[in-house]
Amino acid sequence: MSVFFLLIIVLGFGALGFVLGRSRALASADGNIRNLHSLPNYYGFNVALSTIIPALGLLAILSLVLPILIDNRVSTFIPADSISEDTTRSLVMSDVRRVADGLDTAVAAGAMTEDEAQTVSTETTDVRERLGAVGVALGSNVEPFVLRAAQSYRAQAAAAQLWTTFLIIGVAIGGFAISFLRTNREFRARNVVENGVLVLLMAAASIAILTTLGIVFSMVFETRNFFQDYHWTDFFFGTTWSPNFRGDSDLGIIPLLWGTLYISFIALLVAVPIGLFAAIYLSEYATHKFRSFAKPAIEILAGIPTIVYGLFALITVGPFLRDYFAQPSGLGESASSVMTAGLVMGIMLIPFVSSLSDDIINAVPQSMRDGSLGIGATHSETIRQVVLPAALPGIVGAVLLAASRAIGETMIVVLGAGAAARLDLNPFEAMTTVTVKIVSQLTGDTDFASPETLVAFALGLTLFVITLGLNVFALYIVRKYREQYE
Amino acid sequence: MTDLSAGGIPAARPKSSLLTEDARTKKRNAAERRFKIYGLSAVLLGVAALVMLLISILGNGLSAFQQTYVTLQVELPAETLDKEGNRNRDEMAKVSTFGYSPLIAVAVENAVTEAGIETELSPQDQGDIISKEAAAQLRNFVLANPNVVGETITFEFLANGRIDGYLKDRVTRETAALDKNVSPGQLDLTDALQEAGILEQRFNWAFLTMPDASGQRPEAAGLGVAIMGSLYMMLIVLGLALPIGVAASIYLEEFAPKNRITDIIEVNISNLAAVPSIVFGILGLAIFINFAGLPQSAPIVGGLVLTLMTLPTIIIATRASLKSVPPSIRDAALGVGASKMQSVFHHVLPLAAPGILTGTIIGLAQALGETAPLLLIGMVAFVREYPSGPPEGFFDPASALPVQIYNWTQRSDPAFVERASGAIIVLLIFLVSMNALAIFLRRRFERRW
Amino acid sequence: MDDLRIVERDVDAKETKISAKNVQVYYGDNHAIKDVNVEIADKTVTAFIGPSGCGKSTFLRCINRMNDTIDVCRVEGDIAIDGEDIYDRKVDPVQLRAKVGMVFQKPNPFPKSIYDNIAYGPRIHGLAKNKADLDNIVEQSLRRGAIWDEVKDRLHEPGTGLSGGQQQRLCIARAVATEPEVLLMDEPCSALDPIATAQVEELIDELRQNYSVVIVTHSMQQAARVSQKTAFFHLGYLVEYGETGTIFTNPEDPRTESYITGRIG
Repeated sequence: MSVFFLLIIVLGFGALGFVLGRSRALASADGNIRNLHSLPNYYGFNVALSTIIPALGLLAILSLVLPILIDNRVSTFIPADSISEDTTRSLVMSDVRRVADGLDTAVAAGAMTEDEAQTVSTETTDVRERLGAVGVALGSNVEPFVLRAAQSYRAQAAAAQLWTTFLIIGVAIGGFAISFLRTNREFRARNVVENGVLVLLMAAASIAILTTLGIVFSMVFETRNFFQDYHWTDFFFGTTWSPNFRGDSDLGIIPLLWGTLYISFIALLVAVPIGLFAAIYLSEYATHKFRSFAKPAIEILAGIPTIVYGLFALITVGPFLRDYFAQPSGLGESASSVMTAGLVMGIMLIPFVSSLSDDIINAVPQSMRDGSLGIGATHSETIRQVVLPAALPGIVGAVLLAASRAIGETMIVVLGAGAAARLDLNPFEAMTTVTVKIVSQLTGDTDFASPETLVAFALGLTLFVITLGLNVFALYIVRKYREQYE
Repeated sequence: MTDLSAGGIPAARPKSSLLTEDARTKKRNAAERRFKIYGLSAVLLGVAALVMLLISILGNGLSAFQQTYVTLQVELPAETLDKEGNRNRDEMAKVSTFGYSPLIAVAVENAVTEAGIETELSPQDQGDIISKEAAAQLRNFVLANPNVVGETITFEFLANGRIDGYLKDRVTRETAALDKNVSPGQLDLTDALQEAGILEQRFNWAFLTMPDASGQRPEAAGLGVAIMGSLYMMLIVLGLALPIGVAASIYLEEFAPKNRITDIIEVNISNLAAVPSIVFGILGLAIFINFAGLPQSAPIVGGLVLTLMTLPTIIIATRASLKSVPPSIRDAALGVGASKMQSVFHHVLPLAAPGILTGTIIGLAQALGETAPLLLIGMVAFVREYPSGPPEGFFDPASALPVQIYNWTQRSDPAFVERASGAIIVLLIFLVSMNALAIFLRRRFERRW
Repeated sequence: MDDLRIVERDVDAKETKISAKNVQVYYGDNHAIKDVNVEIADKTVTAFIGPSGCGKSTFLRCINRMNDTIDVCRVEGDIAIDGEDIYDRKVDPVQLRAKVGMVFQKPNPFPKSIYDNIAYGPRIHGLAKNKADLDNIVEQSLRRGAIWDEVKDRLHEPGTGLSGGQQQRLCIARAVATEPEVLLMDEPCSALDPIATAQVEELIDELRQNYSVVIVTHSMQQAARVSQKTAFFHLGYLVEYGETGTIFTNPEDPRTESYITGRIG
């Protein structure tokens, strides 16, 4: 029975519970609502929720835990000597799963009977051919132990499914029965339901924490695996990045960090002055009419997906810079360069800097401006010498947030910066960044357990730590700044 | 207050008339004007960047909505397509696209002769002005309508990408001379066919409905699967992020006690909003695919990852709009004996709904354009099959609009630049409509207290 | 009204510093100042009194064109300082404001050191030739602001760290530092406690020796204490203008009398 079908059954029980619970409550009050503690719907909800929530919770836990259990038990079929140098247990397991799926398909297509699928053996049948006939393509001939493991996998999966079904339906009925029997006119259904809802609300709020934990654990775990194969000092202090898929790679993060910071620096060099001046002009000088047109126009830049900026860098800015700056000056031959990515990323960050600065400049009290204007300062003197110094902490916070954006940005650098890791000062050279390498190491067809792939998690963790630090610091500054003028 | 007598008063400035601007004031006013000009140029630079971006995308992409078609009379001989003669679909499916290609070549040759066009091209070269995808399209049509076998039908064929590029000024005779995929003679033939009305450009609906095509067939590449995939992911994001986000906001805004845990959750949410999107991709890969065993390239995984990314946006917007409902409303409800829960769900939440909706739509728009995390969960894969209907379709491989764009940028044929830019136009149209809806909702229902 | 101590005043005829003729001020469609005519003498403290919303602050802000900073505000009529029309097209408001300093309702020191707060005006107007000169100006201004003794040891600490009364005297010193000829004060004591108020009032009386001071105040007692001339505004009109003693003891207009005796306000 599929999970989906199970879901429908549980929800069906819940709906039934609502109706029955409600009518039982009404009956216990002789049909007079006034005799009930709570409104009749609450009795219905009580039964419905007691039926659905525990069952679904259990279903969620089981569907997480059971596959792991089955994997563990099935992997005992894999002899240790079959795990050779060029393969790993997880690769063999994925073969096992593919064969098991193939057998399922064959049974569903009627090419095998259920019995045949469980008893077929490699000595008597060419399993690869038979599965190929129903459209399941296997890369190589099926090893005997893989087939046996697959058959055991199927048997256990079937058993697990049966047990899951029984358990879930049992829990649903149990919850239904208990809550239904508790339903009578004295029962404080509203309080119980509201407490239940409160728990659900809390669970929703804690998803934020779970997400952060998920992020940290997913990366810490694999990063630890990476550092078992590759020494951490070589990673953090190595100055060459040259992954080699036959092993023996140099995986130093320094050139990647250099590219990341160089590009971010250029981006900020573009975005901060333009964004800041634009914010100043829009909030201090612009007429209402001009502002109502220009402010949304700049903010549109913030709503454009980064892939669009990436394409802009790739097809317009890159070739333009190469043809008119890099080649004439002999600085470079490549359309993708630090300059290309930095410039385009700068454009992306303009609205970010300008709208944050706008908020911050507007938070400077008007009395401060009056004080300066009142003793004969010009508008620009007031802005430069009174408003900006007063807004400085907030603006620093905004710039830090922008920097964190720039460091974590992916698509613009993937399309605009290039793929060559390089430690160079020339901004018209192609360089690469941490994010580009995360993408390239995780999207290739490589063995998942090799250091060349696992390094992506170490890169991700480094990126996460850097941006998290910047964010926390920036948010702290901005919050302090806001408090000052509240 | 004896200070005054103690200090000598600085000599009063020489009397100056207000009506004449002194030199220093002139200088200061010049500085003022310069400063203002800096500000104005910054704004104009920002706007100019936007305009350049749009011109670049529109200039490259608008032509993707035009496609060159060749309308031909094609004969479908029963002896090659249906040897058994019983119009059995399964039997007929044994004839591969290689069986159809010659028919098309013949059809082109016939059309050329019929129109009285002189050409020195071999029949093979004449046939090559038709897309290599055309044979598959003809085969699908025949398999869907077996009774046309044996007849001569009028069929619209996609022209080859280079021919299409010629009509869009991407391919010229000079480049064609260097290109092994197209020859200047074929371009002459194209001109002649266009004059004869056999070959023409038309609005390219297939771009929106067809699946992706291989790198050699840019003319057949479409966004159908990508739009489906994006739609599925948006459904998942909407179905998960909205209820979870609203529930979390209600808890934090209305019920949460002021304690450390609440503080941690709040700091968490504001930080999650600023975590680089690619980190969410790593999360999706490690947790949803490697740990939970969900399939790669599936909308369900993309949807879950985007849900986690969108949650902070929705939570922040929802909390802001819950906060803007004045406490007097809550007091009024509590005053007539409603429970706290009832006051929130019956009074506060409905009043905050427009703000919540606006925030949700903006969050969805962000999620729709997100690319990097989807790359890591395998949505870059080449997918030609449409996913089936929900809910099973959520687990089928699919592409997504932004990832499809990325995919096309990685291909060598320059025709894919046009496709990618065209796909961006489609993406931007979706985004603009979503934002317009959000602005409309805000204007229509916004309430000031 | 016992505390109205109408002291003897030297109300010698002095030359006119500011003269306003038929001044009208509009905020968008709102006609805020209606046809005001007034002549303000040099080296005198002139008080503007009236109920809130009567236009006294608006009129004050016209005198150094601070209203220019408000988009919707429009001023008609003539205001002349030393016979020169300040709304003439050739007049630069920046130059004007150097001549007509202003002190605001709420103390608004800049987020800088005490020294820099005072030096700000002289620096932008180029009044100091060198550092020593600037130091001298800062010291003199702080002395005239009657705050020198309190801050001389912490000139480089932020001005925002001072108490409210000190901040306001700092702001007065800041305004004085640009050597204005006219000093406008918009309810300078409304945010201060009684002791700080007394100090500022004493300061205002000292300032009269060098400047023409115009003070807007809510408090009739304060007007009576510090001013020689008083103007009573009501609903945008200048109702009555004359010697402070006369206004408070023997008003001509019934509306002035009502206000003085507390019937309107």
